[in-house]
Amino acid sequence: MTTDPTRLTAAELAARIADGELTAVEVTEAHLARIGAVDEKVHAFLHVDREGALAQARAVDAKRERGEPLGPLAGVPLALKDIFTTQGVPTTVGSKILEGWIPPYDATVTRRLKDADVVILGKTNMDEFAMGSSTENSAFGPTGNPWDLTRVPGGSGGGSAASLAAYEAPLAIGTDTGGSIRQPAAVTGTVGVKPTYGGVSRYGMVAFSSSLDQGGPCARTVLDAALLHSVIAGHDALDSTSIDQPVPDVVEAARNGSVEGLRVGVVKEFRGEGYQAGVVQRFDEAVGLLRELGAEVVEISCPSFTKGLAAYYLIAPSECSSNLARFDAMRYGLRVGDDGAHSAEEVTALTREAGFGDEVKRRVMLGTYALSSGYYDAYYGSAQKVRTLITRDFEKAFEQVDVVVSPTTPTTAFPIGERVDDPMAMYLADVCTLPSNLAGNAAMSLPCGLAPEDGLPVGLQIIAPALADDRLYRVGAAVEAAYQARWGHPLLEEAPSL
Amino acid sequence: MPGISREEVAHLARLARLELKDEELDHFAGQLDDIIGAVATVSDVADEDVPPTSHPLPLTNVMRPDEVRPSLTSAQALDQAPAQEQQRFKVPQILGEE
Repeated sequence: MTTDPTRLTAAELAARIADGELTAVEVTEAHLARIGAVDEKVHAFLHVDREGALAQARAVDAKRERGEPLGPLAGVPLALKDIFTTQGVPTTVGSKILEGWIPPYDATVTRRLKDADVVILGKTNMDEFAMGSSTENSAFGPTGNPWDLTRVPGGSGGGSAASLAAYEAPLAIGTDTGGSIRQPAAVTGTVGVKPTYGGVSRYGMVAFSSSLDQGGPCARTVLDAALLHSVIAGHDALDSTSIDQPVPDVVEAARNGSVEGLRVGVVKEFRGEGYQAGVVQRFDEAVGLLRELGAEVVEISCPSFTKGLAAYYLIAPSECSSNLARFDAMRYGLRVGDDGAHSAEEVTALTREAGFGDEVKRRVMLGTYALSSGYYDAYYGSAQKVRTLITRDFEKAFEQVDVVVSPTTPTTAFPIGERVDDPMAMYLADVCTLPSNLAGNAAMSLPCGLAPEDGLPVGLQIIAPALADDRLYRVGAAVEAAYQARWGHPLLEEAPSL
Repeated sequence: MPGISREEVAHLARLARLELKDEELDHFAGQLDDIIGAVATVSDVADEDVPPTSHPLPLTNVMRPDEVRPSLTSAQALDQAPAQEQQRFKVPQILGEE
């Protein structure tokens, strides 16, 4: 076999490792070499765990030699967002406040990956505490979009998405609070899934907004995302909001893509001002493709979605202002000003000032404001009502249709630096994705072409009702296959070589 | 809706335990004012008779059996502490001078 292992899908790698055509060590070394060759330019990784990855790969090869059963993704390398704790391996959440912190325990997602014989290559860059849509809010510098290194890879999970697009890893894990898996997938030409809220354990996933945060799979193909989804999903007694029900058979769905007879809803509120012409064009073509493949397309109206952004930017900051109170400089992480002259409270304030970046400070203060007496009812209380109205809009939509589709994000990847000091412009990147976080349903982004005006990837978002994650994969696989037949190759092959 | 003044930002920063620098107060006042202006549209529904949603799942008091289980040792729990003494987290002075 002369094929470069970094160009294979996770499904292909797993099959070749299981057959003995490739060893897990060869595959891991090829990806570590690729990281060594390109990551100085891309900066997808905050930490590469060379020794840990090779040890895990050797263990997989030894298991195979002994004839022991292997997991479905045994030996396949993965890039883990630096928001999941990893025992003995640094976890920073992209923040100075946790720089150098070595967690004493594994997140449930980390544990399940290890138990499935997946090889964790390292930890990926992200907006600090997952707050952002460009990865520019990382305390450790931005990540470049492999399609154009002067542009953002989306965020907050820009490192995970960029690692896939740069062929540094075939699989990655992200977290999605308002779009942080799907929007990076859209702007890097990769696949990302936000599972139903409660589908993947939050234990050991550093909390930003607990009622919205959801971990999920990132990959270059729909089937690879499904294989990863099935490894990380499922009930966890360590997360009280984990759903205690069987995980839908997402792998079967991804292997049997079809939209025949499916009713697809197009949200009429998701277009107009702020939507790039090329994004709208590729989205309209995707809707046409769904029709050609046998789906029935219906226009639907979800009027409350127009208030989704406002509700989200009250609820998420409110929850974050509470969650981030644990960073008090007392038990772990950075401590500044402990010189005998400052009280504990002063040390906390000095540490948070030095350890948090601007976006985190903005959101902590915004949340403090929205929850303060006198403003609580008008802001936080009203945002919670909007959340109900958005959930009802989805319920009404899913009475008429099986899935809802939209552009994933209104524009293609924007230049690094363009929106960094204009928070409202940055927040607009999430306008199509955050309703699913507020309602807790499942959604996927997959590539639907390049925008004609800039040649950058456009994402198609598919939304399914809560607990119907398999529907995303059935539709996504059909759309992906139709596009590949049309293009003759995966979209990523059009990306410039790094 | 009221605008956010420099003084209000200073007050929020105190509540949020952020020792902001002077130049940050001006910077954040303008930005927070913009954001709050934009998100204030939610209050259009303030008087509507709609129940609030705080969470996507209707869960209450998920409990596990109250059993003794292994946990981190004190050495593991203290391993990343900024300061420790006698198997405890050592913190700066909490109470004022005598």
